[in-house]
Amino acid sequence: MYPLDWLEERSGLVGGVKHFLFRNVPADINWMQTLGSAALTAFIVQAITGVILAMYYHPTPTDAYPSIVNITDHLTMGWLVRGMHKWGASVFIILMFLHMGRVFLFGAYKYPRELNWIVGVLILVTGMMEGFTGYLLPWDQTAYWASVVGINLNGTAPFLGPWLAQFLRSGQEIGADTLTRFYSLHMLVLPGGIIALIGLHLYLVVRLGVTSPPWSPEAAGQERVDEEPHPLRPGLTRPVPHGIAAAQAEPGGSE
Amino acid sequence: MESSGPEPEHLPDSENGGNGHFPSPTLWPLGFAIGIVVLLVGLIIDPRLISSVGAVIAAVCGFMWIREATAEMRAETVEVEPERQSPPAEGAVVPLAAAEPAPAAAPEEEERFPRSRLLEGTTIGLGALIGGVVTIPVAGFAVLPSFLGQKKVKVDLGPISTYPQGEWYIATFLTDPLEGEVSRRTAFIRYNGVFQNEPSFTIISNRCAHLGCPVQANGPTGAILGKPTVHERTANGPLSLVPVVPAGFGCPCHGGQYDTEGNRTAGPPVRALDRWAFSIVNGRLILVGLFSVAKVVGTGAQAQIYKDKLAGPGQHVDGPEQWFYPLQPPHY
Repeated sequence: MYPLDWLEERSGLVGGVKHFLFRNVPADINWMQTLGSAALTAFIVQAITGVILAMYYHPTPTDAYPSIVNITDHLTMGWLVRGMHKWGASVFIILMFLHMGRVFLFGAYKYPRELNWIVGVLILVTGMMEGFTGYLLPWDQTAYWASVVGINLNGTAPFLGPWLAQFLRSGQEIGADTLTRFYSLHMLVLPGGIIALIGLHLYLVVRLGVTSPPWSPEAAGQERVDEEPHPLRPGLTRPVPHGIAAAQAEPGGSE
Repeated sequence: MESSGPEPEHLPDSENGGNGHFPSPTLWPLGFAIGIVVLLVGLIIDPRLISSVGAVIAAVCGFMWIREATAEMRAETVEVEPERQSPPAEGAVVPLAAAEPAPAAAPEEEERFPRSRLLEGTTIGLGALIGGVVTIPVAGFAVLPSFLGQKKVKVDLGPISTYPQGEWYIATFLTDPLEGEVSRRTAFIRYNGVFQNEPSFTIISNRCAHLGCPVQANGPTGAILGKPTVHERTANGPLSLVPVVPAGFGCPCHGGQYDTEGNRTAGPPVRALDRWAFSIVNGRLILVGLFSVAKVVGTGAQAQIYKDKLAGPGQHVDGPEQWFYPLQPPHY
C-alpha cells in the first residue's frame, strides 16, 4: 500500500511494528501467557481514564472532594470513567500478580530472562506507588487517614524513615502541598517511570522471545539438536546437553 | 640526548616541522565556557559572589586561551603535543597494527589524545554540566522545601479562665488559619491548677503514637454531661471546647489505648501520646509546639513527664529501638 510504503521507506516503522507484533512464538504456547498483555491493557486503561479524570479534578484541599462528587454525580459518564479508573487500579495490580505467578510457575524468570523479572518487579513496585499516591486524591476521610497511616508507616523505617515521611508530606503536617505533591507523583512522575519500565520490559520480551510451557517437549532442559547460534542473537544458544548433540559437536572427541 | 630511558614523547615531529599545523588541543576554551555559565547562573542566584567567581574563571581561562592561540605570532617556541606517539623503543611490545603491512600514510599506532577524543569528552562534559545546572536546582526544589523554613506554630486557645480546674475539654482549633480547615487539630486539655506559682495544664495531642490516627476520648461528652460546648474566636479563628469525662483515650484504627495521662495501656503504640508545649501570655493559653513523651509517672501538675524531641508516630523515643531514629528532620 502506497502510504505505508512511503512511511516504511522513510522510517522503517512498518517493519518495526511487524517485527514487534508478528514474532515467532513456541507452537504450544498457553493462554496463561496472555496475562502480561492483559496487565498492559489494564495499564493503558488507567492511563487513558486518568488523563480524562485530570481534566475535571481539582487538586486543592477545598475543591478536591467536591470535584470528585461533580465527576461522579453530575458530569456525563463521569461515574463510568472514574469507576474504570478506580476498579481498573485493582485489576492492574491483580493482573500483574497473576502474570508474575505465571512467569514463576513456568520458570520463565531463568537465564537469560532474569533482568526482565527484575524490571517486572520494578513495574509492580511503581504500580503500587501509583496506588498509594492515587488513594489520597479523593480527599475524603478514608483517603486522608489511610494516607496518614501510610506515610507514618514509611516514617517508622529506620534512620531515613522520618525524612522520607516528611518528604512525602511536603512538610511536617499533611496539607495542601501534600495533595498536590501526591497528584504530581501520581499523574506525572510515576507514570513516566512505569512507561519507561514497560518499554524496557517489552524490549526484553521481543529480544529474548517467549518461553515454552514447562510441559512442552521443546522446553528448556530437553535435548535438542540445536547448536547453531541464532542468526540475530549469537550469544543466546543454550548449552547443548550431553548426548547426541554433544557427540555431533565434537565428532572426534567423544568419551 | 641525556636521558638513557625510552625516547621522550615530546620530541618535535620532523614531519610537522615544515608544514603548518593545527593548534594543539587545549582545555582553556572549556574553562572559559564554564566561567561564562557560572557567571550567568550567578546573575540569577547571587550576582555579587557567584558572578564574580564566574567572571574571574572566564577572564583567566580566556586570557590563557588567547595567549596559547597567539603564541606563534609572538614568536615563542610552540610546544606541540604530537598527534601520534613516537614509535616504541626497541624491545617494547609491538602493537598488532605494526605487525601488519599498513598503508604508508596511515598512522601505525593508536593516537594518544586525538582530536575526536577531545571533542567527545568536551561534548559529554558540557552535556553533563548543562544537565547538572538544570537538575540540581530542580531536585533541590523538589526536596528541600519539605525540610527548610518550617513554620513555627502558635495557637491561641483563649483566656485560661475558660478552663475550670480538673475538667477535660476536647479542643479543636486551626494551627494555621491561612491554610484553613486542613490544619485543624485536636487536643485534650485539662487545667491542673496553680503549681509552684505557675498555671499547670495537661495538653495531650490526639495523634496516635502508633501510626497517627485520631485518638478519641473514652467517655461521655458534652451532650450527655449536660454541659454546653464552648465556642470562641481567637487569633487562630474558631475554637471549640467540648467538655468530656474520659476514662482514657482510644484509637479507632488499630485499637491503641491510653490512660488519661497519655500512657499506653494496650495495643500497638510504641510510646505515650505527644503533648503540646504551652505558654501563658497576658492570661491566655498559647500552644507553641509539640514534643514526644516516652511515659508519664504520676498525674496532673505533679506528673513526671519523660519528654523527648517530637518524633513521628510509631518511632520509639526510649529503649534500644530509639537508636533507629537518630536524626529527626527539622520541624516545629
